[in-house]
Amino acid sequence: MIHDFGLVWLDRELLLTGLGNTVLLSVLAGFCALALGALLSTVLMNRSRFIAIPGQAFVDTMRCTPFLLFAYIVYYGLPSLGVNFDNWGAGLAALIVYHTAYMAEILRGAWAAQPRAPIEAGMAFGYSGLRMFRRIVLPPLMLSAGPVVGNQVIQIVKDSAFLTIIALPELTHAASSIQSRRYIPFAAFIAAVLLYWAICLVVEAGVAAVGRMAEARR
Amino acid sequence: MNMMTSPELAATNTSQILSVAGLSKSFGSLQVLDNISFGVARGETVCLLGPSGSGKSTLLRCINWLERPDAGRIVLDGQPIGITSGGVVMGDRELSLMRTRIGMVFQHFALWPHLTVLQNVMEAPVHVQRRPKDEVRAEAEALLQRVGLFEKRDVFPARLSGGQKQRVGIARALAMKPALLLFDEPTSALDPELVGEVLAVMRDLASEGMTMVVVTHEMAFARDVASRVIFMDRGVVVETGTPEVFFNAPTTERAQQFLLRYVAAPAAPSTLTTPQT
Repeated sequence: MIHDFGLVWLDRELLLTGLGNTVLLSVLAGFCALALGALLSTVLMNRSRFIAIPGQAFVDTMRCTPFLLFAYIVYYGLPSLGVNFDNWGAGLAALIVYHTAYMAEILRGAWAAQPRAPIEAGMAFGYSGLRMFRRIVLPPLMLSAGPVVGNQVIQIVKDSAFLTIIALPELTHAASSIQSRRYIPFAAFIAAVLLYWAICLVVEAGVAAVGRMAEARR
Repeated sequence: MNMMTSPELAATNTSQILSVAGLSKSFGSLQVLDNISFGVARGETVCLLGPSGSGKSTLLRCINWLERPDAGRIVLDGQPIGITSGGVVMGDRELSLMRTRIGMVFQHFALWPHLTVLQNVMEAPVHVQRRPKDEVRAEAEALLQRVGLFEKRDVFPARLSGGQKQRVGIARALAMKPALLLFDEPTSALDPELVGEVLAVMRDLASEGMTMVVVTHEMAFARDVASRVIFMDRGVVVETGTPEVFFNAPTTERAQQFLLRYVAAPAAPSTLTTPQT
């Protein structure tokens, strides 16, 4: 068994490249999904039903679609409609679009629970539109939604593993190729699990930092 | 101490800065304001008094269009608010611009929880009025000195007492250099022992010639500080006059009854405060 892990060690470069790609995918997808989700939350919270309902329909659709299926649709399905991606583009787009829906729903919930008074004060002090959202609404929202957003980022990290099916060279893909090359499935996959765990520890440290900021303001 | 006294406050005291004419507002079938008209002169402190549910707060919130009036005209310093002189309802941008000229202090403070005390005071002057940050910081620090909270400048609002929060609320409003300050029951959410520190700041402002419209249940404050009292009941202005006349010789029966209830015993001013939920 120790010997098997020694074999994984020989392929450490492959594994670390996979780790790097997983981190890159997760960071890019996390930031984009959070930013787009924040914008989408303004659609969900819009007073006009004609604006809010299509947004809600998108969110519900994403939440009821398995990510693996969605990745298939983006990579294999869209080209038949004339939209072509390489595997990186398809994987990243799928992660972003899918998790934007979750982020928007998380922020919508947190927004609905925010006290109304500071927003009203914002109006009285001349805030409106995007400036109101960016300066007055969003910061407390991010603080109160921090832990749930962190969970969603962990979900993004784990969903990125599905992208192995479109041959994206991320961590699961790397582990998979090591095991098939050297016939050491247990050691290869456990090594990958430990690396995913390390990523989650970093995300959790970030969540804890946001939590401390929120605590100071509560 | 006099840094907030803008040049126009030194101008003639008779000129009218705010005029409200024919203001009406209903919530559904409930008429909250019925054809309200009044004016405020520069440097005046006008206290809006009346029983709960009389429409005082709604009236105040209509002045800066936090509530949209159903009818009526509001003019601040020659400029119409909410509806342009052409009769068109203002968009969000125009409305926001008008609101920057009217400071507001809220019953429940409504400070921005994610910002420190100093950041709360600096926020709108820097990000709405787009004034230089250094200049705003110096002014904000001076304002915090003035309300006695300079030492708390880096603390978040959640760590302050109610009285401290409200003093930050006043400093935040003053930092906009407003032409008019609106107070919506500024001491009603405070523990009785914290009311005094807020009223003291308001007294200072009044004596320095800040123009203020104050919705309050603090009868002693109205009596001592108001230049004029407007008494409302069930959405109409019932009586208006100097505090001397209003408190000593109210002419309408409704005002007499109100005063009996709120100024129960004609005792020392310190006992005249009415804690309000």
